[in-house]
Amino acid sequence: MHLAIASGKGGTGKTTVATNLAWVAAERLGSVAYVDCDVEEPNGALFLKPAIDASEPVNVPVPVVDPDRCTQCGLCGRICRFSAIAPVGGRVLVFPELCHGCGGCRRVCPTGAIHEVPRRTGWVERGRAGALGFVQGVLDVGQSKSPPIIRAARAATPVAELVVIDAPPGTSCPVVESMRGADYLVLVTEPTPFGLHDLGLAIEMARALNVSFGVVLNRVGPGTDQVEECFANEGIHILAAIAEDRRVAESSSRGDLIVEALPEQRLVFSRLLEELLSGRGERRPLIRRGS
Amino acid sequence: MQELVIISGKGGTGKTSITASFAALAKRAVLADCDVDAADLHLVLEPTILRREPFSGGFRARLLSERCNGCGTCIELCRFSAITPAGGPNGRSCQIDPSACEGCGVCAWFCPQLAIEMAPAINGEWFVSDMRHGPLVHARLGVAEENSGKLVGVVREQARKVARQTGRDLIMIDGAPGIGCPVIASITGASLVLIVTEPSLSGLHDLGRVAEVARHFQIPAAVCINKWDINPTITGRIERESRERGLEVVGRVRYDRAVTGAQLARRAVVETATAGCAEDIRSIWQRVESILQAMEACKSRKGPASEPPAAGHGGLTGNTDSSRRQHDRQ
Repeated sequence: MHLAIASGKGGTGKTTVATNLAWVAAERLGSVAYVDCDVEEPNGALFLKPAIDASEPVNVPVPVVDPDRCTQCGLCGRICRFSAIAPVGGRVLVFPELCHGCGGCRRVCPTGAIHEVPRRTGWVERGRAGALGFVQGVLDVGQSKSPPIIRAARAATPVAELVVIDAPPGTSCPVVESMRGADYLVLVTEPTPFGLHDLGLAIEMARALNVSFGVVLNRVGPGTDQVEECFANEGIHILAAIAEDRRVAESSSRGDLIVEALPEQRLVFSRLLEELLSGRGERRPLIRRGS
Repeated sequence: MQELVIISGKGGTGKTSITASFAALAKRAVLADCDVDAADLHLVLEPTILRREPFSGGFRARLLSERCNGCGTCIELCRFSAITPAGGPNGRSCQIDPSACEGCGVCAWFCPQLAIEMAPAINGEWFVSDMRHGPLVHARLGVAEENSGKLVGVVREQARKVARQTGRDLIMIDGAPGIGCPVIASITGASLVLIVTEPSLSGLHDLGRVAEVARHFQIPAAVCINKWDINPTITGRIERESRERGLEVVGRVRYDRAVTGAQLARRAVVETATAGCAEDIRSIWQRVESILQAMEACKSRKGPASEPPAAGHGGLTGNTDSSRRQHDRQ
């Protein structure tokens, strides 16, 4: 089973839920893997402290033009929808940062003057954290496109009984890329106006992509009964509630797993795992699994 | 005109709460919410929408199934695995997954049956609004959409327009978390970046990466630490490492439940409280404002290409219009 952990709003506790859940699951199940797809700011490693065995660059193919074979026909500039290649004054300029690596220019060039070279935009690391398989994608600083790194991290994920995917915040293409092929979506939120507003966006996304989901409420304080009631009325399944506790914030700030630092949290995460494995809350296949 | 961008690297460190407070304190700014895929600033600023426009960024491939003979050329050419075989009326066809389509148009160009067309994708909307502290430009990217960088570019452009029309000389931008496309589009060409971090190993790690992005694009940057008392040791470390990076630390904000209370009251925390974190934010705004004023004074003395007097690496040079255009397009 592939579980994606997402949130809409940033800082609601995605990584806390993903790392602690994966850690508890690895003690119970035969094989569990954690994949950090928040490639812009990957933090899972700070908590899981994995030993890394392999690190590979992620490359995007970008065009190089051979001026001797180029006839200045201009077709490459016409096919490119990203203004990444432009014939100008007898030369062809390439802007690698704008290139999406679609290969259209190479394909359309009638004289074979274009070939592609790999351009590194990030890397993927694989390793182990105790019994847990670990994968993370990291976007190079200054690069803007995270989806290729996310795809590479997903592709590097070992086969496991349970794969926990730590998705980036937001509701746009990097999140969609992270959860592609996932069986179930766990949305982590906090019961604040910002948290609930962004949860609404994340639920809209889950419904648009036809993915089953449940919610983990984090930092729950007194007076949130209304929130839970409102969820029940909307037919939203609450998987777990984590109480507001300064000790959780403090131990997370030091990079401790809260299930290790605070015994009562172990119970919360065991129950969450139980809930997810029990399959209450219906399961539907979602977005098509990428190749 | 100056542009101040509030970013964080890590999500949930308090960017939006601090931006809303700055709006209340500055009183002279145009606000721009560039966290276009989870915009929250409007929740506390209660804007009245004056103008609402659709946003189209890029194209999506659309199959004209009556023309498709299932030859599979498009499937072979698509590098984003967006096209898969499917049964059609004549037994063979294909289907396009819009959530995987990059909009490159290679399939449409090479389809021998001309069975694919590229249709403009409506990815969201943007708004120009009025709120109690001045104008607000904000947007909403459609869920599961792409082109957030382009939409950020539109929001910033509209904010500049509104600033010129209303004679305001400061644009305050609430940025997105992360270091990718929307963040780069938010900061290119800005006057100053304020990085809001929190005292955790995650906050420290993410601050390092986002500060590198600011340096890469040569935008001066300053740092403030929110909820600093959650971990005073890491706060000290962040301050030390920030100074080593040449970033000015403009202040600490204490952990204060009044922030959530203010959110519930749909107010910025400086509007509902005077003590506690509100006091900290006030003093940070004073420091940021004096940095901006010093930059402006320096610029008018020496011309636009001169170095700023304070706050961070790089300086104002090196942000050509072409680099801004590049990132707006992504």
